[in-house]
Amino acid sequence: MTILVIAEHNNTSLKSDTHKVVAAAMDIAQYSNANIEVLIAGARCAAAAQQATKLAGISKVLIADHVCYEHQLAENVGLLVADLGKGYSHILTAASTTGKNFLPRVAALLDVAQISDIISVESSDTFQRPFYAGNAIATVKSNDAIKVITVRTSAFDAVDENNDVAMENIDNVQDAGLSSYVSSELTISERPELGSARVIVSGGRGMQNGENFKMLEELADKLGGGVGASRAAVDAGFVPNDMQVGQTGKIVAPELYIAVGISGAIQHLAGMKDSKVIVAINKDPDAPIFQIADFGLEADLFEAIPELISKLS
Amino acid sequence: MKVLVPIKRVVDYNVKVRVKSDNTDVDLNNLKMSINPFCEIAVEEAIRLKEAGIATEIIAVSIGEKACQEQIRTALALGADRGIHIETDGNSQPLAIAKLLAKIVKEEQPQIVLLGKQSIDGDNNQTGQMLAALTNMPQGTFASMVKVDGDSVQVTREVDGGLVTLQLSLPAVITTDLRLNEPRRASVPNIMKAKRKPIAVKTPEELGVNVSGSLEVLKVDKPATRDAGVMVNSVDELIEKLRTQAKVI
Ligand SMILES: Cc1cc2nc3c(=O)[nH]c(=O)nc-3n(C[C@H](O)[C@H](O)[C@H](O)COP(=O)(O)OP(=O)(O)OC[C@H]3O[C@@H](n4cnc5c(N)ncnc54)[C@H](O)[C@@H]3O)c2cc1C
Repeated sequence: MTILVIAEHNNTSLKSDTHKVVAAAMDIAQYSNANIEVLIAGARCAAAAQQATKLAGISKVLIADHVCYEHQLAENVGLLVADLGKGYSHILTAASTTGKNFLPRVAALLDVAQISDIISVESSDTFQRPFYAGNAIATVKSNDAIKVITVRTSAFDAVDENNDVAMENIDNVQDAGLSSYVSSELTISERPELGSARVIVSGGRGMQNGENFKMLEELADKLGGGVGASRAAVDAGFVPNDMQVGQTGKIVAPELYIAVGISGAIQHLAGMKDSKVIVAINKDPDAPIFQIADFGLEADLFEAIPELISKLS
Repeated sequence: MKVLVPIKRVVDYNVKVRVKSDNTDVDLNNLKMSINPFCEIAVEEAIRLKEAGIATEIIAVSIGEKACQEQIRTALALGADRGIHIETDGNSQPLAIAKLLAKIVKEEQPQIVLLGKQSIDGDNNQTGQMLAALTNMPQGTFASMVKVDGDSVQVTREVDGGLVTLQLSLPAVITTDLRLNEPRRASVPNIMKAKRKPIAVKTPEELGVNVSGSLEVLKVDKPATRDAGVMVNSVDELIEKLRTQAKVI
């Protein structure tokens, strides 16, 4: 039995999601004595593949290096993974916007189910996954020969880079010719990514405008953290979409989550309620966010946040 | 061009569901059911394509129990032209749904299939992508902008790092994200008119699709609950607690 992990990378380096998916693969391997192989599909991606050879717990790195994989187009990566994947017992990738995009295509091409967003491994064929915005947790058993799985990375701890395995070139060009990349607008930030930040400071509609998010950035910088947002703040145009935390945004579980001017709708809670410590700052004593906060401060954020920043200095 | 809009009946997004005491499932008895919010956005986008003179016919299709004809009627009241209901027990898994939709795609030959990126009950985020693979169509998932241009479409996608724009040949599958549009409400005259619009009823057997799934739900649990927290009275007290009690700063 061999498990195939599809790496998340930007052609030059791995994203930490990959380390967490390997951790989930190791949990499965415990039950099935399986080997773990990591596929890097990309273009001029040798550096990312080189880094992958260091991932703890794996036995081999496969590299499919071709321009048709440069932008992770789902049509092309889907065909590649479905073709390679036939020989594996499990195919795993992160439940990121990349993984969610191509992996269901793989499952359909292999005529098997996909198990989305697993948060724990119960055995080699049984997994737990949240549904209904995290208000229920299903224990799901797969009866397929190949288990196709996306992993909720916030539920697994990254493996180390202390290995040194062989790399094998995969000469398999699958260009569906159906789609092409036009452009991207990626947010460039010095702050840690939400998926790996130890601290996250998030703002909601109560922030009133994008300018006021500067306060949260300052606070986040004091704490070495990242900045997130509620859907309302994103919809109102205060901040870009990639900052949205929640059922349909990013799922995070930092050591410390500070919710500022966020009411605590179930869809927002779905994305952050597994944080270790939750702080809520809100002027409405009845805001539902206080029900899940470890520490609640009923205050006007425009007074509390500057005070917090100055006292942490 | 024809636009096909698959829609799902789900528990309303404002309702907090509870797990049944026997841990077999969630309890949906007597809860308010609605059209999945992402599907509503898909319907709206289809209507806008029709208003822009790009789409000529909008077909709303739903798979599930008889009651999901209510959601088809909602889509018809919003502006879809006709409906298709594929009657099942309502427990089909995404792959089976995608196979049923692939049959409808074959019959109807739409140029665009617009669906929600996920349903807020199953939270699977699979159906559109699976349908695209089964019908060998390109896909633009998590769309926040759709621009049809001759025989192709540009889709701007919401991704973890920001936004990415792709060009897809038609026919294509597009799945909607929250910021694609703001859905309208149906007017009373349109609700009346929708009652006369046709809904064709089909079964998986007629379509030749086996809808049994390969995933078994062994049990359903409540999520771990958090211990009750405390209210602090000042910023000073908050800092003190975070430093000495929680030890996170
Ligand atoms: C299908 C679907 C998916 C969704 N997915 C997500 C998701 O992924 N993430 C998400 O966040 N939401 C999501 N939502 C939206 C969600 O339902 C809520 O609408 C949203 O989370 C509300 O954001 P908010 O708390 O910032 O705004 P509001 O609910 O308006 O709350 C603002 C809060 O700010 C407080 N406030 C105002 N001024 C101040 C001040 N000066 N000082 C202190 N406090 C102040 C108010 O008391 C209030 O509690 C989704 C909704 C749907 C239907």
